[in-house]
This record gives sequence, structure tokens and C-alpha cells, in this order.
Amino acid sequence: MTARVRLLAFVVVVVALVVAAGVYAVTEGREVRAQRSAEPEAPQTPVMSVVDEPRIVFRHTGLDNEYGTVAVVPLDDPGGARAFTGAACDRVAARAEGVSCLITDPGVATSFEVQELDADWNEVASTPLPGVPSRTRLSPDGTLVATTVFVSGHSYMSTGFSTATEVHEFGGGTRWGNLEKFDLVLDGRAVNPVDRNIWGVTFADNETFYATAATGGRTWLVEGNLTERTLTSVSADAECPALSPDGSRVAFKVDVDPGRAVVWQIAVQDLATGERTLLERGPRGLDDQVEWLDDDTILYGLPRADQPGVTDVWSVDADADAEPELLIEQAWSPTVVR
Amino acid sequence: MYISLRDRPVHDELTSPRSTRSPVGRVVIVLGLVSLLTDVSSESVSAILPLYLTMVVGLTPVAYGLIDGLYQGVSALVRLGGGWLSDATDRPKWVAFLGYGLSAVARVFLLFASGAAGIAAVVTTDRIGKGIRTAPRDAMISSSTPTEHLGRAFGVHRMLDTIGAALGPLIAFVLLWLVPGGYSVVLVVSLAFALAGVALLGLLGPDIRTRREEAEKTGPTPPPFRWRDLTDRRLRPLLAVCGLLGLLTVGDGFIYLALLDHGDVNVYWFPLFYVGTNLAYLLLAVPVGRLADRVGRARILVMGHLALVGAYLCSVLPTSMAAATVGTLLLLGTFYAATDGVVAALAGRLVPVQARTSGIAAAQTVVALTRMFASAGFGMLWYLLGPGAAMMTVAALLAGAVLLAATRIARLDHAVVTP
Repeated sequence: MTARVRLLAFVVVVVALVVAAGVYAVTEGREVRAQRSAEPEAPQTPVMSVVDEPRIVFRHTGLDNEYGTVAVVPLDDPGGARAFTGAACDRVAARAEGVSCLITDPGVATSFEVQELDADWNEVASTPLPGVPSRTRLSPDGTLVATTVFVSGHSYMSTGFSTATEVHEFGGGTRWGNLEKFDLVLDGRAVNPVDRNIWGVTFADNETFYATAATGGRTWLVEGNLTERTLTSVSADAECPALSPDGSRVAFKVDVDPGRAVVWQIAVQDLATGERTLLERGPRGLDDQVEWLDDDTILYGLPRADQPGVTDVWSVDADADAEPELLIEQAWSPTVVR
Repeated sequence: MYISLRDRPVHDELTSPRSTRSPVGRVVIVLGLVSLLTDVSSESVSAILPLYLTMVVGLTPVAYGLIDGLYQGVSALVRLGGGWLSDATDRPKWVAFLGYGLSAVARVFLLFASGAAGIAAVVTTDRIGKGIRTAPRDAMISSSTPTEHLGRAFGVHRMLDTIGAALGPLIAFVLLWLVPGGYSVVLVVSLAFALAGVALLGLLGPDIRTRREEAEKTGPTPPPFRWRDLTDRRLRPLLAVCGLLGLLTVGDGFIYLALLDHGDVNVYWFPLFYVGTNLAYLLLAVPVGRLADRVGRARILVMGHLALVGAYLCSVLPTSMAAATVGTLLLLGTFYAATDGVVAALAGRLVPVQARTSGIAAAQTVVALTRMFASAGFGMLWYLLGPGAAMMTVAALLAGAVLLAATRIARLDHAVVTP
């Protein structure tokens, strides 16, 4: 081949690539736009109809014009008509008093924030977040907000990842800052590792909470105290805890294939006895902070394997041999408001 | 395939006496553009990967962290293998092509990968590709450039490379803005850039065969590559200096963390630290490379570490946050401009021609491995002393190491180089 033929061949390849990528982008763009203008499959109902009764608040993930907005269904009819609130959140946590909503605003400098909304879905406060939203929870009376994001530098010589988990008062006020700055006690010893990460807060009350602490490749379930600024380990190998409504049990993810891959399943631990039950027939490869539907049942979101971006909310009894059931289609990040 | 010399004006250019007039040859520009296209591809994916994995694939920080860890460690290991293959076959172009190709193939699978395991495999393949291609590519730059202009040539290459790294995220977010939630569009466009890079190298890249050319020029064919060539008396002091300085080079991550710890700055700025450092690097790569050609590459390599000492100090000394941030990022960019391409420029000429790629790979591996040790060690130091004292300590040690290394500069810069 002469130099000219090679140059020509290169130009042909580039033109072919530009055309192929262009056609794909335009087609995909059109398809996404068509999807995003379609009406949701699920029947709809006005928000007013579900404000007073016990309900489940979640992120709607159907590929339609309500994609990503927060929806509400009655607790006694989770598969029924859903009410769309107009608030768009990546992660959402709700109480009767208000809502914590984590938002991503993509752009060259993608920004993230936590918005606090009142019971009528009006914004009362917002704070920038230092990274990609991962978890949020409210305290039982709705006065405290916990957020977990993960901070990652993109590009070139970047390395590693880090979480940032913060607690602050709903609507502004006291900020406890990054929980990594709290005193950490693991297995009875005060430690101060540089590689620590804290994530997945669940509140017991306005002082005590549970969370995950990780260092040196291991994870712990820790009990935190906001006044004393301490984190004390309860037991090892537990991630993303969720405290049951009666405060007696904690459900969390455990890696059942440690060392090789990360395959999470749900386990439930009795706080009084320390006895741990693995939900043997529960979801494998779950990656969500679970939520309690009631004192015996657990809720969690699971991505659909065949439809990127679409997730469903499942429920499973907190027993060793319970089978999961599909509870709400096209849903993510569920919280129960009683 | 036999290629006549007429097909490659570059060769004439570098052997003709007029070569000094255009020191940055076509080879450097072509390879720079290959790197630019490839970096647009890889950085557009890295920019959206955290969002894609968490929002679409549904992975958490931990799973992502494991994948990100894989992203880093793998490439140092395969680098020497790529160097050996390139020297043994005397075909750096096609070994580099294999590396670029492997990374492009990984992009295809990323489109279909779901779940942590699949994505980990894809990311690992991508990094293996990077490990294989780097040294042969640098050897081609080295072989196609007159010795006196090597620093500038590598500067130009690294500048183009970094422009790609800066454009990648920009392109990704413009696409996401045009097609909301269109992560697959970003992946497809990224694949197109990767394939264009591979095609550019395959079709227009120079098939430099240093050993054969050497035979045509001077008569006897140089002997085939032997591992013993890497123990060359000229290369050893460079490896020693790189190792010594590498042991005191802690990861950027730590410097940025110290910067965050030192001031009351929002963690929100963390990703922008990388952007700032890249920008400084991009602007300084060529001027610092030219300076290296003028005053001596080993001198610039060693003195560049003083910029790193400055960055360590800047990140912890009490000044205004703005001054500390700008100073640290600028000094860090200077450090990369003075070291990254310069090491390759030096190493390629301190071994016989038949070992050029392996020589470069050896130096780059020493740098990568010692820096990994440095970061692990510094983690403990940080734990024992706290960020401020730990940074001051490593800054003092590095300053001492630079003084020690400076005693070797004359020997390195005046060593007899392979043409």
C-alpha cells in the first residue's frame, strides 16, 4: 500500500465511524425522547389522595415522562395507582414531616446536592454534596438527615475512591460534618486509620444511629453517637444497615463470597442477642440499603438485568427461607411513611 | 510486509542533515494524535463511569472502589512484557497496535457488561492494553527523533495526549446533555474514538524497525534483545535514581486529601484538582521538554522533583486556601511535565537499540512500582503523624534524595547515548 492509499483508507474509516456513531446517537436520542414523552404504564392518581394514609415513597424508574420523579403509593395497595409528586431525585427518603432528596446535575463539572422538601413537596433547603449520591435516611421524627455520597476524582492519574457521609439538621442548623472525623472504636480498640470509609446511616433516634465502617478491606456494623461523636463496632462484616421500626433488629448486606467477588445477600441481626440470620433464599447480588416494610418484612430495589436504568422494588420476609416477591414495578429507593 | 523507505519520509527527514529544522517529526504527531483519540475515548468513559455504574448498573461505592482499584494496579505488570515483545520482534508498531486494539475491544464489551464482575473484566482488559502499548509507543517516538530534540518530542506527545484527556469528559457531558440518560451513546462514541485511534496507528503509524534500520545504516545487524541488555551500565544509574525518587513520590490522592484537610474547602472541589493538575501539565509539557533538551534531561528529571517537594509543602503550609490550591496544582503539573516524558526520553537512549523498548519499560516499571510502595508507606506515616507532619517529613526526605540524585546528573547527562 502506498502512503496515499493508507491516508485514503484512514479517511474512509473515520468517515464510517463518524456516520455510524452519529446514526446511533441520533436514533438513540430519538428513542430516548420518545420514551421520555410517553405516559407511565402504571395508573396514576393525584397526590392529594395518598397524603394522610400510611404510604410508600419511591423513585419511579419507568422509561416515560415521569422517569426519575418521586411517586407515592398507599401502603395497603403498593401495586395500585401511583401519585407523582413532581420532585426528581436519584435517592429519596421520606417521613411524614419532610423529604430528603439527593440530586445529580450532570455537566462538565457535574454537581450534586441534597434538597430538603416539606410535606407538600416544596423545597425548604438545599446543600451541595461532594460526590455521586448513594444513600440518604431521615431520623424517625424527621429532624435529622444523613447523606452518603462517593467522592471520586476522574481522569488520568486518579486513584481510589472514598465515601463522604454527613449528618445535618433538616432544613438547616447543626451540621455534624463527615462521620469519618468521629472517634472510631473497632473490636474494643480506638483506631485512627487513614483509609476509613463510613456509609449507610440508619437512625435509632436523634442521637443514636447505625452505619457501616470500612478499613483495610473489612467492614463493621457500628453504633454511632452524635453527641459524643463516636462510632463503636457492634459486629464485623455488615454493610448498609437498616434498623427495624421496633428497634430490635438490624438488616444489612453481607458479602457471601469474600475474597473472590462481591456477592451481597441480606442478613438480619438481633441487637439484644447478636444472633444473625442469613436470608438464604433472598436476593443474591443485592446492592441497596434495605428498608423495613414492617417489623417482619424487608424492602429493597433491584435493577432489571435486561433493561438498563429500570429497577423494581421487592419485598422479602426476614426469615432464613423466605422467598422475595415483586412489590412495586419500576421503582427504586423506597421508604415507608407510617 | 516489506515497506520501502520511500514510503516513510520521516526516515529521510531524520537521517538527512536538514532534520534539525523540523525536530518534531510526523511520527511524533501521528502517535500524539493516536494517544489523543485514545484518551478522548478512555477519559470520556472514566468521567461517566461513576454515574453509569451507580445510576444505571446500580452498583455501590464499594463495588465501584474494587473496580477502580483494578484499574490502577494491572498495567505496571504487563509493561515489561510489552517491552520484551516489542524488542524481540523488532515490531514496536504492531505491539502497540495490539495494546490499543485490546483497549478498543474492551469498550465493545463495556456496552454489554452488566454487574460488577463483567465490568471488572472489561476494565482490566483496558488496563492490560494500556500496559502493553505505552513502552513500544515511547520507543517509536525515541527512535524517530534526533537525540537533541527528544525532550521536546515527548513534550509534544504528552501535550496531545493530555488534550485528549481534557476533551474526553467534555465530549461525554455534551452527549449526556443532548441525550439525557444516554450513557450508551457515550459508550458508542467512545468506541468510535478508540477505533479511529487504532486505525490511525495501523494505517499511518510508522513501522519503525530499529534493529533492521541499524543494520542498513552501519552494516552488521545488532544482536537480538537479551534481558542482559537491561543491566547496561548506562541504564543502571537512571533506574537507581528513578527508584530512589519514586520511593518518595506519594500518590496525588494524598496531596489532594492533605489540601482538603488543611483548609476549610468543600470536598466538592476534589475532582477539579485533577483537572487543574492536567491543565498545568498540558501547558508545561512542551516548554519543560525543550528546557530539558537545552540544559540536560537528567537534570530536569531530578530537579522536577523539587516541584514535587514544593507541592507537598504547599498542600500543608498555612497560607490562604486559594494560594495553596493553585500553588499545589501548578507545582504538581510542573512535576509531571518534568518527569513523565523525560524518563522515557532518557531511558530509550541508555540501552543498545535492540533493547530500546524494554529499557523504557524497565524505567517506567521502576517508577510505577516504587510509587506504589511510596503510597502504601505514606499511608502509615499519615496514620502515625497526621497529614501535616507526614507531608513535611516526606518533603524533607525527598529534598535530601534530590540532593543525592543530583550527584549522578552529570554522569547521566554525559553518558554515551545510543543514536
